[in-house]
Amino acid sequence: MQGGAERETDLMQPFGLSLTRALTTAAIGFTLALPLAAQAQQQAQAPAAGSFVETIRNRGTLVCAVNTGLAGFAQPDSQGVWRGFDADYCRAYAVAILGDPNKVRFVPTTAQNRFTALQSGEVDVMARNTTWTLSRDTSLGLNFAAVNFYDGQGFMVKQSLGVKSAKELDGATICVQPGTTTEQNLTDWARSNNIRFTPVVIERVEEVVGAYASGRCDAYTTDVSGLAATRSAQPNPEEHVILPEVISKEPLAPAVRQGDPRFEDVVRWVHFALVSAEELGITQANVGQMMNDPRPEVQRLLGRNGDLGKMLGLDDAWAANVIKAIGNYGEVFQRNLTPLGIQRGPNALWTKGGLQYSPPFR
Amino acid sequence: MSQSTTDPRLLRAPPKRPLRLSWSDERVRGIVWQILVVGVVGAIFWWLWGNTVHNLEVRRIATGFGFLWREAGLPIAESVIPYSPTDTYFRALLVGVLNTLKVSVVGIILATILGTLIGIARLSRNWLLAKLAGVYVEVIRDLPLLLQLLFWYAILQGLPGPRQALNPVGGVYLSNRGLLLPWLDWQPAFTWAAVAFLAGLVGTWLYRRHARAKQMQDGQPRRIWPVGLLLLVGVPVAVWAALGAPWTVDWPVLRGFNFRGGLLISPEYFALLLGLVLYTAGFIAEIVRAGILAVPHGQWEAAQALGLRPRSVLRLIVLPQALRVIVPPMTSQYLNLTKNSSLAVAIGFQDIVSIANTTLNQTGQAIEGIAIIMLVYLTISLSISLFMNWYNARIALVER
Repeated sequence: MQGGAERETDLMQPFGLSLTRALTTAAIGFTLALPLAAQAQQQAQAPAAGSFVETIRNRGTLVCAVNTGLAGFAQPDSQGVWRGFDADYCRAYAVAILGDPNKVRFVPTTAQNRFTALQSGEVDVMARNTTWTLSRDTSLGLNFAAVNFYDGQGFMVKQSLGVKSAKELDGATICVQPGTTTEQNLTDWARSNNIRFTPVVIERVEEVVGAYASGRCDAYTTDVSGLAATRSAQPNPEEHVILPEVISKEPLAPAVRQGDPRFEDVVRWVHFALVSAEELGITQANVGQMMNDPRPEVQRLLGRNGDLGKMLGLDDAWAANVIKAIGNYGEVFQRNLTPLGIQRGPNALWTKGGLQYSPPFR
Repeated sequence: MSQSTTDPRLLRAPPKRPLRLSWSDERVRGIVWQILVVGVVGAIFWWLWGNTVHNLEVRRIATGFGFLWREAGLPIAESVIPYSPTDTYFRALLVGVLNTLKVSVVGIILATILGTLIGIARLSRNWLLAKLAGVYVEVIRDLPLLLQLLFWYAILQGLPGPRQALNPVGGVYLSNRGLLLPWLDWQPAFTWAAVAFLAGLVGTWLYRRHARAKQMQDGQPRRIWPVGLLLLVGVPVAVWAALGAPWTVDWPVLRGFNFRGGLLISPEYFALLLGLVLYTAGFIAEIVRAGILAVPHGQWEAAQALGLRPRSVLRLIVLPQALRVIVPPMTSQYLNLTKNSSLAVAIGFQDIVSIANTTLNQTGQAIEGIAIIMLVYLTISLSISLFMNWYNARIALVER
């Protein structure tokens, strides 16, 4: 840059930059970036070809999306270990594929970013109290494996309000989290019952619960299981009432990306194995003795007979390992949800009047 | 008009030389590099686009903006235009844009007023006032905005419930549901009176221009306020009276859980506005102070020597010169305030980000949702920039 013919050059000089040099650097940078970017594209396409089960095996860890913090479902304890119903499901998948419940990396996701995390391949599977709906199943590029928890939306109010039924909520201010089916159920329900309400829509669960607790809202609405968890976390749980009405169906199901039926089968049958184990009376404690149980169903489930594991592309003892690691469905429920005051209700086994039912292992 | 925002040195071009087709010619090199860079940037965008579309297809994720015309089903607490959950996503997003504008425009006006007052107060000869303004600026600027918003929201939530609402004056209620004021039951006559007021504004401005032009000719100052009063107050009142002088006040009444009727300023909106105004005013105060200090002391003394009173010195001599320093950084503060309003999502005010987030979550079309948010902010920000650049050019020093 001699002579200072270009004025821009003069202006750039005080910053120790010459325009040409800056442009050269940028151009070289971009040229180098291109092949890298092209490689990234190829990697992004790779999962579509083979099954994810191999990818996870090669990697040695399963990446599982969970809630950012919902008592009973997924919440880190004082040691930073993820605890909860969904967290145990993540461990179950890790045991089935990798044989070790500790080979899980938990990725906390919000209601807003959970689908993107799964779609983009950031996580392998999502066990994050997510409602199975038709539009999510079809337009989000993901598949729901099996319903592991039947929930429904309800309302919680303060005892002092004197409300006995959700029908009495006309004119109330209702706290709700955005971006969930909860919001739409609320408007549907209000419309069909001719109830007017003022929404207070706050994204973070701590803030929305805080708004309810401080009296900004008359009622808080979310899934009944979430209400129970929130209620138990309040300083005086007995001051809050969960109203009897359940206004929606919320089948919560783990989800995987579309286009990988083998991985989807594994996720689906891990749940069925847990339910079958409860049905057959196989528990974490007695799974060792049950190996010698003569019942053919037990023999097939625990991999003594029938090669069912191979059909899934897993070890024959996969179900036995899962039960050994986290117990059967009832035990997982008992450990995580019963302390919060959540009843089995629709999540009881079909033999006990509930909806949890496993197709046969044969 | 855009020229005056450019460095005047750039306008003085060097003498033209013939172009030589050689690598040693600086301009040829310049052109080659520029073509290369534009080409590379273009290629990157083309690849990004192709890659995104391809991957969305592979993963069977729906694309396109068709969802805008589907029923939204999402509840919105505050809306400038009529809205119900049966409306489309498009209308819901429009409500969000208007809510963003509602908080940004009011916030910019209030922050400018408050910031200017504090900036001037910091230069005051009154020791207490100057120190107070200094402490305000230092404290407010050093705390993260999100924290301040949550603080104000928590304070507003600490107010009593609706059944124990504070009632300082008849018809005014303050509770954790917000501030309720009596409000006029809107009639067409009010709309026409408002139209007359707007016409009066234009009329007053035209008269003022005319009066100034006359004053330039004969040196006689003319009174503007009688005409202004007539056009801004007299005519609208006459229009309202001619249409039957309707007058019904909508009083807020406690019915069931909540108040019905009246004008409601929600805690979410108020907390957001309060946080944004107080925060941005801290920065504006410093910009105003810098602008005033940038005017050489001799200007003050010269004006005083001419016998101008202190207020006239500020208004006629100092502020016009200070504005040249103030306006460019002020534009950044206005843009910041507008963009910071997206923190609304944390305290439950449903602005464009909140509604677009819900939309993209319900439809799963994240790219489209984010594109809408970007488009909205880009449009608002560019409009503010354009207006401020126009204003900057208007007040800029005219070189002759």
